[in-house]
Amino acid sequence: MKQNLTAFWAHTKGSMRDLAPIVIVILFFEFVVLQQIPDGLLGIGIGVVLVVLGLTFFIYGLELALFPIGDALAVALAKKGSVFWLLTFSFLLGFGTTIAEPALTAIANEASEIAAGAGAIPDTEQAMSNYVLGLRVTVALSVGTALVLGVLRIIFGWSLPLMIISGYVLVVGMTAIAPTDIVGVAYDSGGVTTSTVTVPLVTALGVGLASSLRDRNPMTDGFGLIALASLTPMIFVMAYGGIIQWL
Amino acid sequence: MAMILYALKTILSTAMDVLPIIIFIFGFQALVLRKPLPHFSRLLAGLAFVIIGLGLFLIGLEMALFPLGREMAAQLTSPEALTGGVGDWHSYLWVYFFALAIGFATTIAEPALLAVSMKAHDVSGGAISVWGLRVAVAIGVAVGVALGTYRIITGLPLQYFIMVGYAVVVVQTIRAPKLIIPLAYDSGGVTTSTVTVPLITALGLGLAETIPGRSPLLDGFGLVAFASLFPIIAVLAYAQLSASIEKQDAKRRKEKDRSESGLVEES
Repeated sequence: MKQNLTAFWAHTKGSMRDLAPIVIVILFFEFVVLQQIPDGLLGIGIGVVLVVLGLTFFIYGLELALFPIGDALAVALAKKGSVFWLLTFSFLLGFGTTIAEPALTAIANEASEIAAGAGAIPDTEQAMSNYVLGLRVTVALSVGTALVLGVLRIIFGWSLPLMIISGYVLVVGMTAIAPTDIVGVAYDSGGVTTSTVTVPLVTALGVGLASSLRDRNPMTDGFGLIALASLTPMIFVMAYGGIIQWL
Repeated sequence: MAMILYALKTILSTAMDVLPIIIFIFGFQALVLRKPLPHFSRLLAGLAFVIIGLGLFLIGLEMALFPLGREMAAQLTSPEALTGGVGDWHSYLWVYFFALAIGFATTIAEPALLAVSMKAHDVSGGAISVWGLRVAVAIGVAVGVALGTYRIITGLPLQYFIMVGYAVVVVQTIRAPKLIIPLAYDSGGVTTSTVTVPLITALGLGLAETIPGRSPLLDGFGLVAFASLFPIIAVLAYAQLSASIEKQDAKRRKEKDRSESGLVEES
């Protein structure tokens, strides 16, 4: 018990250090630049304590559950030796975690307003909610595809820079021909797909898989899944925007 | 009372976000792998910690940091706070400074980045320091967000910045140490989640709303793209810098030890 408490206190100190920069920045701008005292100081104080506690619990749970689960699954899948199940798992993990992502839903809603304003889709509730659903499915498909490609890369040892740079070329090429309204949304959709729970799981999966395969280095082969998952949504969303526009 | 209800609601909605992933993983475990996970009860406790932690984290952010950050973004971008005319890029000095500072500070607090740094530290056998990586990424986000606000203020097209950024990444990829490249690419995607996105989006929207000729919908977007591209450049640069310092050190040591023969050369 005492050991647990010591560990917990160590994590808490770490969380305080992590949050210190934000607190300093906000204090500096509040008092020095804007020269005002914010309302509701008590609420703000309680909020900061909750953030520190929350971060501490999260990191604790990360080491206790998310990392071990990702590792254990990667090892179990590699032992089973079935590429089919490994790829199925990766695709479903990518698709499933993305389709429910709240940040994606928010960005899709804003994008539907842009599209309706630009006349790409009719300005009706029905057309807009179809567009939002289409966009969410498109991004989820793209993340699923990214994890499948990334796992294939780990298995066969393909070059990550080559894949990423080809992706960049594709993004630049598609930017030139895609409808201009979709470009900003597409670029941002790459950033919102990788949430706080998905990142540790996917990272542990990649590193665990690379560690359990012979001839693979966890450092050079294990990382890279997140990079692919941030790149493919841009390509898929621009394609989606183009298809909606031209059909 | 309302506070407690709100807290419960937030934790519940976090649980609802995480639950599908957990059900999927355990379902896959039971149906396909047919082997129980080791330390099952410890995993369940850990998942409970993740949900409670993320819930409390979000409540705290919503209570303390987000309202202040949003209000500050609005105040700093309002015409009264400027040092010159609306739309002149040089009258937004405090905005750039705020973008730099908030980009750096929120990235240090980003839980997903901490997770990846911890993993990288383990896998590299300690060669990559958790803080070194986090600071490099945070500098990247800071520069990215500041440049992104400059773009919104001047109204230059997003594509040009992104394309130049890509070109820089390609050149760096050719020259940087091979070991760091996959990690550097990953660091672009992990920076923009729970803490960073809401605050920088508020900054972008504030700017786009107050500058004539900018549309909040079109120009408010794009800051996230900046914040995901520049960390890649920063991490690659950090690796290049430490590699070149190491090389110079090795060279100096070699010159010092020149008299001793049979020394294994360091690469």
